[in-house]
Parts: sequence; C-alpha cells; structure tokens
Amino acid sequence: MNEKRDLKIQAIENGTVIDHITAGQALNVLRILGISSAFRETISFVMNAPGARGKKDVVKIEGKELSIEELNRIALISPKATINIIRDFKVIQKNDVVLPSYVEGVVRCTNLNCISNSSEPIKSKFSVLQSEEEGVSLHCLYCEHVISEELAENLL
Amino acid sequence: MKDFSREEIDYVLDAAEKLEPVARGEERSRLLDGKIISLLFFEPSTRTRLSFEVAARRLGGQVLNLGSVEASSVMKGENLADTIRVISKYADLIVLRHPLDGSAQMAAEFATVPVINGGDGSVHHPTQTFLDLYTIRRESHLEGLKIAIAGDLKYGRTVHSLCHALSLYGAEMTFVSPPELRMPSEIVRGLRKQKIRVKETDSLEDIIEDVDVLYMTRVQRERFPDPDEYEKVKNSLRVTGDLLKAADPNLKILHPLPRVNEIAPEVDETPHACYFEQAFYGVPIRMALLALAMGVIE
Repeated sequence: MNEKRDLKIQAIENGTVIDHITAGQALNVLRILGISSAFRETISFVMNAPGARGKKDVVKIEGKELSIEELNRIALISPKATINIIRDFKVIQKNDVVLPSYVEGVVRCTNLNCISNSSEPIKSKFSVLQSEEEGVSLHCLYCEHVISEELAENLL
Repeated sequence: MKDFSREEIDYVLDAAEKLEPVARGEERSRLLDGKIISLLFFEPSTRTRLSFEVAARRLGGQVLNLGSVEASSVMKGENLADTIRVISKYADLIVLRHPLDGSAQMAAEFATVPVINGGDGSVHHPTQTFLDLYTIRRESHLEGLKIAIAGDLKYGRTVHSLCHALSLYGAEMTFVSPPELRMPSEIVRGLRKQKIRVKETDSLEDIIEDVDVLYMTRVQRERFPDPDEYEKVKNSLRVTGDLLKAADPNLKILHPLPRVNEIAPEVDETPHACYFEQAFYGVPIRMALLALAMGVIE
C-alpha cells in the first residue's frame, strides 16, 4: 500500500518539498510563491493525500531552492506546512513555516477604494497579526483595512 | 491618527494654542517666510482648503494651488505618484486631499518634502480630528470628559478617528444614532477593551442632561434607500432650543459642518453653540501642523 502511494509523486534530486499543506491549498501555495506557467522546472503536487494528521497537500519544486522569506508567505494560507530543502535526494534542511510580520505584493487589499488597487506604481503592503480569537489578519499599511478571511481568494 | 500618542497630540495642541493670536490676526508671524505650500486637492473641500490657505498665509508662507483637476495633467492620465514627485520639486510642503484611501501614505513615500494628509478617501481626516480635540480642550476639557457623539456613526469618517483619539484621554462616550447608522461593533468592542465606558442609544433626550460635549454629525440622505425612513431619522436627531432646556449650562455643541437640519438655527445664539468657533480652530491647528512639519517650531 505504502509503495503504491509513494508512486504518486517521485522523489526529487534537488529542490524544495512543501509538505503538510492544508488540504486543497496546493494551487494557492504555487500562486503565493509566484510560480506560474512561465516556470521552466518540474513541479509536481498531490492534493488531498491521506497523512497521519488527516488529508494534506504536497508540492515538490525541482531545481529551485526557494528563500525562507518566500516560503514563509505560505503560512498565510497554510500555517502547518513544512519546508524540506533537498540536495542529491537528501533532506538537508527541514523547517516549519513561520508567519511573516510583513508582506508586500502578495495579497490584494479587499477595500476597493484603497490606493493599492489603483494604477499607481506601488505594491500592496500589510502588517500581519495573529491572535487566538481572530486567527491571522492582514492590516493594510495604506488604508488600514483589515483582512481576516478569504486570504487565499485575494492572492495576487 | 493612530500613529499619534497622547503626548504627541498634546504637543500639537500646545503649539496651536501658542499660535492662536496669529490665527486671529492679533499678532504677525514670519515662520513660513519664503516657503511655498502646495495645496493638492483632488476633490472639493472648501473649508479644509481655505483654512490651510489661511494658516499658511498667516505664517507668511506662499500658497500654490493645484487648480481644477480637469485642467491638470491628471486628466492626461498622470498618476498621483508622478504628480507628487513633480510638486516636490516646486514646493516646500504638500497638503493632499484625495478620494482614494491611503493616498496620503503613498504620497509620503514618493515625496521629497513633508506631506500633510488633508483627508484621503473615506477613512482618514487627521487634521479634522486635531481641530476637534483642540476645540474640546479650549471650550470644555479633555480630561474626565463625558461626550455624546450623534448622527451617522457608521460611515462618518471623522467620528471613528475622534473616538480613537478620545480613548487616549479616557473619555466616557455615548453614541447616539438610528439603528441603521450605529457605530461599527468592532470599534465599540475595541474601546471597551481599552476600558472606555461606552453607551449606545437612539435618543438625544436620554443623554442631554449628562454630557459635557455633544458632537453632532450630518446624516446623509443617500444612506437611506427609503426616503420616509430618512425623514424620520432626520427629525429625531435634531438639537433644538427645547432639547437644550434640560442640558448642563456648560454643555458645548460641536459639528464638523456643513450642517443641514441637525442643529436648529435658534441654537446658534446660545452659549452652547461652538461649531463656528470650531471651524476657526482649524486655522491654528493647521498652522501648528504646517510649522511642525516644516521644522520651523520645535
């Protein structure tokens, strides 16, 4: 059974494996990392894979080690994801994602009247806060609007 | 406005108080001698623009007006960032009024001279909040204040930042509004979290005996889909001579103006009426902010 499951996604030689992604968020993880159809390396992913802690998504990006700053953005939509840096088929580094305190050009402000949604030459900027009651919230540094839901729907 | 601590607000109010004789024309000042203040107003706002212009002139500064947006390069498609970069080369300070939220913050990133936010979008109008606080301090008291804020508390941009600023002084607040225009619950929650005493009601009669300051705001017709509903609200939230019979003799009434129907003309002649003096206080406050931003006073 294990053998069969492993066949779904091959081990990679060099690159980054993002594991324990909240089920259903794999495509948003690619968006948040700015990986589009122009990306030339091999990307493979599994969605809704059974794991010890319930269903999860996994993304494997070959030939590219993403920076910690880029990877930590994933915490906005999948706070329990883990990052594995692979070299020569071996995991040389494994980290949990850490929620960044500031994000730029990642999420669209949901206030339509915000200057960051106009044609000005600026990127959206948010400070990121986390509270037990309200979870993760983004505070727009231009208009002070707060986004606490639908983060994934508003990725740029 | 949230960038300012109580100490910083007091600092601005103190500076305004020192400049008040100049604002009244009783003394002359050359603090802004040789300085050019650019007023970039992308939407109409007679009162704010005029009081900034008066403030700059009373301090001996020159004023550069953008003129109408239609005649400017904005109509040719120039973005605000470029406009700000160009005006930075002409003027020593920019006062910006713009319809988009956060435009003043962006302007400050592109400008090479100080930028004062003269009101951006529907959220910020910090100089109005400063002048409201100054009026309360001059005409009543900020310490131990009991204030009622009435009218459109849902959309009124000035009342939200006023509440935040008053919370720094521990003011006791009563919000008076029709149910449709109540203060947003997150603001009420935030104030209560700061241990501010907050009450909510829909009747001015309930509160008039027990407040030091009544801050009235305009209820706009366009907020009501049903015209009958607007008429009902318009008449229920109205300060009249009759209502004031029950008021404390020291009660002061403020209003950011323009008013429509919410304060009856007979109130203007009573010692309670402070709204025209409040409009004047916009001048010393804006003088203080101009002088502080230019670094010509400490």
